[in-house]
Amino acid sequence: MNDKPTPPGDDRPEQDQPPVPGSGREGLSPEPMPHDPAAPQDPDVADEVSEGTDGELPGTRYSVEKQIDLTQKSYSQGQLVRRRFFRHRGAMISLFALLFVTVFAFTSIGYGIIPGWWKKPFWEGGLVENGGRPTLQIWPFVWGEHPFGQDNAGKDYFSLTMRGTQRSLIVAFTVGLVSTFIGTAIGAIAGYYRGWIEGVLMRITDLFIVIPALVLAAVFGKMANGGIWPLAFLLSVIGWTGLARLVRGEVLSLREREFVTAAEAIGTGSGRIVFKHILPNTIGTIIVSATLAIASTILVESALSFLGWGVQAPDTSLGLLISTYQTSFQNRPWLFWWPGMIILVIALSVNFLGDGLRDAFDPRQNRTAD
Amino acid sequence: MSTPTDRYAGPVYTGSGAPGDDDEVVLDFDDVDVRFKTEFGSVHAVKGVDLRVRPGEVVALVGESGSGKSVTSMTAMRLLPRNATIGGAVNVAGKEVGRLSESRMRRMRGNDVAMVFQEPMTALNPVLTIGTQMVESMELHGVARAQAAIDRAVELLGMVGIPEPERQMKKYPHELSGGQRQRVVIAMAISCDPKVIIADEPTTALDVTVQADILDLLRSLKDKLNTGILLITHNMGVVADMADRVAVMFKGEIVERGTVEEVLLRPQHEYTKMLLGSVPRMGAGRGQMGISVKEDVDQDAPLAIELKNLVIEYQRLGKPPFRAVDDVSFDVRKGEIVGLVGESGSGKSTIGRCALGLIPAASGEFRLLGEDVTRMSKRDLKALRKRIGVIFQDPAASLNPRLPIGECIAEPLVVHKMGDRKSRQKKVYDLLDAVQLPREVYNRYPHEVSGGQRQRICVARALTLDPELLVADEPTSALDVSVQARVLKIFAELQEQFGFACLFISHDLAVIDLLAHRVVVLQNGEVVEAGPREQIMENPQEEYTQRLIAAAPVPDPIEQGQRRRERHELLRAQGEEVAELQLDDPDAFHGLSAADPEQDQL
Repeated sequence: MNDKPTPPGDDRPEQDQPPVPGSGREGLSPEPMPHDPAAPQDPDVADEVSEGTDGELPGTRYSVEKQIDLTQKSYSQGQLVRRRFFRHRGAMISLFALLFVTVFAFTSIGYGIIPGWWKKPFWEGGLVENGGRPTLQIWPFVWGEHPFGQDNAGKDYFSLTMRGTQRSLIVAFTVGLVSTFIGTAIGAIAGYYRGWIEGVLMRITDLFIVIPALVLAAVFGKMANGGIWPLAFLLSVIGWTGLARLVRGEVLSLREREFVTAAEAIGTGSGRIVFKHILPNTIGTIIVSATLAIASTILVESALSFLGWGVQAPDTSLGLLISTYQTSFQNRPWLFWWPGMIILVIALSVNFLGDGLRDAFDPRQNRTAD
Repeated sequence: MSTPTDRYAGPVYTGSGAPGDDDEVVLDFDDVDVRFKTEFGSVHAVKGVDLRVRPGEVVALVGESGSGKSVTSMTAMRLLPRNATIGGAVNVAGKEVGRLSESRMRRMRGNDVAMVFQEPMTALNPVLTIGTQMVESMELHGVARAQAAIDRAVELLGMVGIPEPERQMKKYPHELSGGQRQRVVIAMAISCDPKVIIADEPTTALDVTVQADILDLLRSLKDKLNTGILLITHNMGVVADMADRVAVMFKGEIVERGTVEEVLLRPQHEYTKMLLGSVPRMGAGRGQMGISVKEDVDQDAPLAIELKNLVIEYQRLGKPPFRAVDDVSFDVRKGEIVGLVGESGSGKSTIGRCALGLIPAASGEFRLLGEDVTRMSKRDLKALRKRIGVIFQDPAASLNPRLPIGECIAEPLVVHKMGDRKSRQKKVYDLLDAVQLPREVYNRYPHEVSGGQRQRICVARALTLDPELLVADEPTSALDVSVQARVLKIFAELQEQFGFACLFISHDLAVIDLLAHRVVVLQNGEVVEAGPREQIMENPQEEYTQRLIAAAPVPDPIEQGQRRRERHELLRAQGEEVAELQLDDPDAFHGLSAADPEQDQL
């Protein structure tokens, strides 16, 4: 019968193979397919009466097709993800912490020509009062003259810290955006077109991966010469590799899915297929990876500034502040703690946000029953 | 969402044949009730199921997807996920499953109750050899050890009809064919001589001829070993072929039960009647379920598809290219439905994909609507695609989950830059009406509707550009029978209305019998037989076609019994063997397992 062992060398491509990409059985990643309200016979929503009342077929009354509930609100996949994200307590707290730090940093000393509500400039020294101790008191709440204290030259340390926070945030978010853009573009092109394009792009990616990131960052930091925007763009050049590989992997399996084949079959152009059909389905991976890139950039930037290759004086960043005052840790610990704490808050909250987003996009990962 | 507590209140029909209180029962479900706690509230999957299986008896649990039949069977193995709450009691060979400790439960799985899963590829570990896996299960249960276990594994493989069992022991699962893998799974299931086997859709993933063999094997197995079998399936033909008694499940409850003759020939419950009414029957031909197609095709109509000596090859690294389609010629006239039938690996989907211009042809001619696609520029191909529609097998995979349904259907219009927003919307509404879906689904997402409705959306999308040719690749094989009936009906109506030519690819001969004007039978990339439907279905000339038609089960136990005998005669006449358990002395087989001292402690 047709039940003979497959002769070696004559394997039929469609038969007897482990789940291939595109078969839909390979367990694709973050595709939000939540509790499927359309599952037939789900007792929550199933209705004995199918939507068709034509009654031409025998016994439509017992159809397993559920009635489409048109009264219920329709949720798109994006809305479902948002709902799940807003219910993630850790992510919400982190979101507020991050927003608070960002708003505080930008409104306090202002940005560019826009003035802030804290009038002491970060570059002007002054008389060191009371050994530069912070005047901030929690209870009773007193803001004081220099809430975070003063540094050696009598500069207001609150202004300095806020300036540093601004710089770090700008670098982090720029890198987050730019490296995500590069990574997505390269990954999508390599994954969709395959062939020699993929070969070239992926070897370039490998090249960037094999060079130690910090060494490269140090060279680029020197090239940036203290400028914040060059630094941000150069750091992006290092950060895209991981995402490019992730996106390529996703695209490789998505391009074998039938909806992509269907799109090809009706004559859709490759650009439209990539942007309209494939990339929206990888959005989960991209967002999560972008968040984590932001968190790691904060740390890389701090490390670079600490080593003296990042932001240069008179401008400042959180890492630079720490490195400048590392010797004061014993006698004037506030000079170390304020920027350190802010780095910690930003890095932690961005990481938590990433976690929350990942859970929101891929609910199967941590479904708790009770 | 609320917790549904309402129970199905309709009638429940109980026929005869249920075991009495004094009968020996190997598997006993007593008021089993399963709830799942989920993110969105609790789901009541099984609502009080009573079912008993005697030794040597096959009880079929029938239902469509989501009816709770698999969940019910899993309670016997205690393999449900943690979020399940199980009520009632399950007794396997006199032991109550819910009260056993985890270690005793582990010993019971395999020894008393074994399972045969749907997909033999995933049920076997791909990185271990067949031999290792078979020996492992026997050593774990203390049936045999070391060389004795290996000998017994070889013996078992021989019993289930695997040729050269010693050689196969060293092979990995991917080196065997689908049917052989399922035989290995069955061999593993009987290795510890269980009292009952739960077979969860054991043949759904297999081709019809292989399915018939596996069913023959299972039948001889329960006759010779006196094992009880709980057969879970949605296929009424399989039920008619195998079962002694049948229980029909609907929404977590058994709505009808009785002997196989009672349920299949004289169904009482509306749902059972509906289920049986929606199964297309082999040999019943046209006009079933109110589905009709226009019979007369204009013999002078221009050709929509013209294949001449088509060869399609897959390039392989380091090996000569694999010839998936070899020298195939046939044609499809406008307004005609041609059924392309074959088992997996016959190259039928490859031809379909080539028709869509997704795979290049290695040689030969492929004329679509009068134009040769094998040498065509990209722009011409795009213009040609405007005139071809396509429907794929899996409706869940062929719709982009991120696009609303309306946009999915309108996509071909956007791609070919036809009409404006307003006219596109109107077109989509017309199509939704045509496939009998409410217009409100326009802004819904594919995950909000169920499988059959999704497939109707795919049909609508295929018809957006009023194609002259439609390629349908297994459009209903992922659907439940009742849903399939409805999709086929809509499909037939639309074909009559629009008059498109159609290449209908399917492995289901009954569906082809229902729709096609002409049939092309493929095997291993070559045309075995081609001709008008009546000729192929009623008077097949080639051995392969005869076997294919003989292997398709019908949902009528008496007729199926006769077909089975005819099939066995046909097989013998063609010099093939009928699959059966190669076992002469069942007592010796039982004796070997009973010799294990550990089992008696249980």
